[in-house]
Amino acid sequence: MAGHGHSDSGHQPHVMSIPALLATGGALMVLTIFTVTVTSWDFGYTANLVVAMAIATVKAIIVCLFFMHLLYDKKFNLIILVLSVAFMLLFFSITLLDSDQYQGDILITNPMPHEAAAAEGGAQ
Amino acid sequence: MSTAAHGGHDDHHAPFLAHHFEDHGHQFDSGKLGIWAFLGQELLFFSGLFCAYVIYRGNHPEIFLQGSHFLDVKWGAVNTCVLIFSSLTAAWSVRCAQLNNQKGLILTIALTIACAFGFMGIKYVEYSHKIHDGLLPGKYFNPSAQALEKAGLKVPAVNIDGSIVAEPAPAASEGGEVVQDTREPVNRRLHIFFSVYFMMTGLHGIHVVAGILVYLWLLKRAIRGDFNSDYYGPIDFTALYWHLVDLVWIYLFPMLYLIH
Amino acid sequence: MSTLATPSSGDAGHQENYLNHSSGIMNWLITLDHKRIGVMYTIGTSLALLLGGVFALALRTELLTPGKTIMDHDTYNQMFTLHGAVMVFLFIIPSIPAALGNFVLPIMLGQKDVAFPRLNLASFYIWVAGAAFMLYSLFVSPIDTGWTFYTPYSSGHSQTAVISAVTGVFILGFSSIFTGLNFIVTIQKMRPAWMTWFKMPLFLWGLYATSLIQVLATPVLAITLLLLICERAFGVGIFDPTLGGDPVLFQHFFWFYSHPAVYIMVLPAMGVISEVVSVFSRKHIFGYKFIAFSSIAIALLGFLVWGHHMFTSGQSAMASVIFSAITFTVGIPSAIKVFNWLATMYKGSIRLDTPMLYAMSFIFLFTVGGLTGLFLGSLSVDLHLHDTYFVVAHFHYVMVGGTINALFAALFFWWPKMFGRMYNEAMGRVSALLVFLGFNLTFFPQFIMGARGMPRRYYNYLPEFQSFHVASTIGSYVLGIGIVVAFGVLTHAAFRGKIAPANPWGAKTLEWLTQSPPTFHNYEEVPEEAVEAYDFDDLEYDPQTDGYTVPGRAI
Repeated sequence: MAGHGHSDSGHQPHVMSIPALLATGGALMVLTIFTVTVTSWDFGYTANLVVAMAIATVKAIIVCLFFMHLLYDKKFNLIILVLSVAFMLLFFSITLLDSDQYQGDILITNPMPHEAAAAEGGAQ
Repeated sequence: MSTAAHGGHDDHHAPFLAHHFEDHGHQFDSGKLGIWAFLGQELLFFSGLFCAYVIYRGNHPEIFLQGSHFLDVKWGAVNTCVLIFSSLTAAWSVRCAQLNNQKGLILTIALTIACAFGFMGIKYVEYSHKIHDGLLPGKYFNPSAQALEKAGLKVPAVNIDGSIVAEPAPAASEGGEVVQDTREPVNRRLHIFFSVYFMMTGLHGIHVVAGILVYLWLLKRAIRGDFNSDYYGPIDFTALYWHLVDLVWIYLFPMLYLIH
Repeated sequence: MSTLATPSSGDAGHQENYLNHSSGIMNWLITLDHKRIGVMYTIGTSLALLLGGVFALALRTELLTPGKTIMDHDTYNQMFTLHGAVMVFLFIIPSIPAALGNFVLPIMLGQKDVAFPRLNLASFYIWVAGAAFMLYSLFVSPIDTGWTFYTPYSSGHSQTAVISAVTGVFILGFSSIFTGLNFIVTIQKMRPAWMTWFKMPLFLWGLYATSLIQVLATPVLAITLLLLICERAFGVGIFDPTLGGDPVLFQHFFWFYSHPAVYIMVLPAMGVISEVVSVFSRKHIFGYKFIAFSSIAIALLGFLVWGHHMFTSGQSAMASVIFSAITFTVGIPSAIKVFNWLATMYKGSIRLDTPMLYAMSFIFLFTVGGLTGLFLGSLSVDLHLHDTYFVVAHFHYVMVGGTINALFAALFFWWPKMFGRMYNEAMGRVSALLVFLGFNLTFFPQFIMGARGMPRRYYNYLPEFQSFHVASTIGSYVLGIGIVVAFGVLTHAAFRGKIAPANPWGAKTLEWLTQSPPTFHNYEEVPEEAVEAYDFDDLEYDPQTDGYTVPGRAI
């Protein structure tokens, strides 16, 4: 049945071409392999984490812009994503800032599960 | 997103166009905004677990360094590639719907579902190894001797008040050599790593299963011929959800498996 | 344009409207009509209010004397927990958005329905499912953890049905999320062409800001509760100190949602007040843009202050200082609204009908509540006031003095539209007076008690506080009677009230320019002619119907 198409609202939806789809998928696979191989280099604990997150973020941006169409979509949908991520980061940062301050005061005053289990089992 | 045909004056409306929308384009745009709002919400849903990860890794990095030794990078990487491929097929299914390619639509949806099953299969293998090795979350954490052996760890002896029993100086053996115990002690909070691991991958797995169920329903509808270039909202929106599931895993993989 | 008989001559019981559009219980239970869903929510949340009220009266009765009055200490813990949990999660979070928002929003936009009607119905049934879990826990072993479920008591030590109650709350969260999602899309995508953002009624700005919070904050509650369930069921150890976990982390997680949640409770209420104050002062709302932007500002700033619930919890000094500072800023947009409402009333032609009485109550009581929030936001003062009755009084002033008064203002305001019948004005005013007097008698003494050191949630107390408790308990009974009277008046009106015209108040938002009760479709065609929502000059009063019309429009 013909009739109404998306052009009713005056806009044509963007169709991903096959080369674009394959290139996106391919880039993601390559970056995955890179994520693994880069672990053979040690930049220091924090830097390793930063590198891993940076690569993951590049992959995420590729998924969002191409597979999820954000490059071709209405801007507001992107704003929702950015806003959600911003609030997530807000949540993490202040909570971490707070918990970091009192870590030094924490005392463990009973055996942890594996320690209790080991003591009971007599295993060492 | 709405597919209800409404009785009465629907004769001039296309099927699957709800009565409160002007046209398919309006319905599609609204559905798209709706699914993005839902995805934003899903991000915040996972955020609690990511926050727990950030807090514990930020304050006790050794837990995660030790914990990741118990995870098999190979399976994690394979699963990542499986999900990326399924994202490709999901995005392709949208293209097929947009171009009225019914056969392609059915095939790409079926492939996406197959990949999802593959992912869950690998997860099942990983989980069963962990359960077998006693690497369970929280209070059930009781690593088996083989698991400890393989990772070069030992559980330190602990007093009843939680303090660690001091290691006696290594005694000299008869040959006059000092035998050093090179095994690292298990971190006191290592069970928290497994709590975080199981909660994050478990919740992610539940989302994969939910995606499978929705895609199965879409497969049925696609076979029935419901979708075409005018009406393919559910395909597009489910694919967006699926890409989010992929996105979460893209972060989980390095966060859990590749710590060094 | 409606092709039906002019409603001014019609009998609400006989002309075609959404109530008589189809009959039979099934046509209500599986309806996709936002109006029927709104009515079902109204009934559900009102029952929740009454249930929560019963727990309140029980605990207040216990507090008449120090030591045991009618129940033992464990039961008392359950009473205040259930009062809080039922009121917060079953009643106040859904109330105005889901009950009145659902009914009014699409009609205010000249639309036939919300964007996703089936999601709307799903949201209602999810609410019912959440309620079922919570009620089930009531019968198995009522929870006693406090509505805030703090660990490690809730995750390890409490012997009550925590998991089923928390599962209920988890489910209710999704009801809230889906409502918010629906409203965001409806407001953004389904406005008439002439209704730009700044031509929208302010109630819709309030609902939009609320929906933003619902979608962004509620999922964090969901994951927090899921973690709590896993902690309790599987001992995952994230919050439990005996497992190396961090109980303060639970509080960060919990309050990251629960602070924005209080703005979910109050923003729709403020939206209602903007509508009612303007109509009953017969004057254009003062400072429209300020009120609109302040709703968004409250929604966003509300996410930055959650630590002010945790000043004494072991939170670091640095975080506490940051949260205290930002808490001072979040009061500013609310104050802007209060000033704008007062400026609207100034030199207006004020009618003291029931909705306006409740609205004026709101302005006064919310201001008291808001100002006392500043005391609590001051870090040093809060060290003395935290966990005292001062806190209890503060949040009841904003939630009951605020939201519940706005809820009644909204119910009395929109009731003639929902049921096509007028309520008894004299009795409506009586209810407003009883609620105002009862409320102040209940909660004002609590400010004094709290400042003098009476802790909250305590079963036993020093004899010096008894007179305050007695006054508070008497007040609670008066408040309870007032609320029952209000519901009685409304229920009576729905079935036997005098037939109402389409526009009894002389309002200009689109829901008033269609018949009462609305037809199934609200508007057959989206209205093409722009309407100024707060311009009352072009209304004409028709003494025959006791209603208002706009010349040139069918209604």
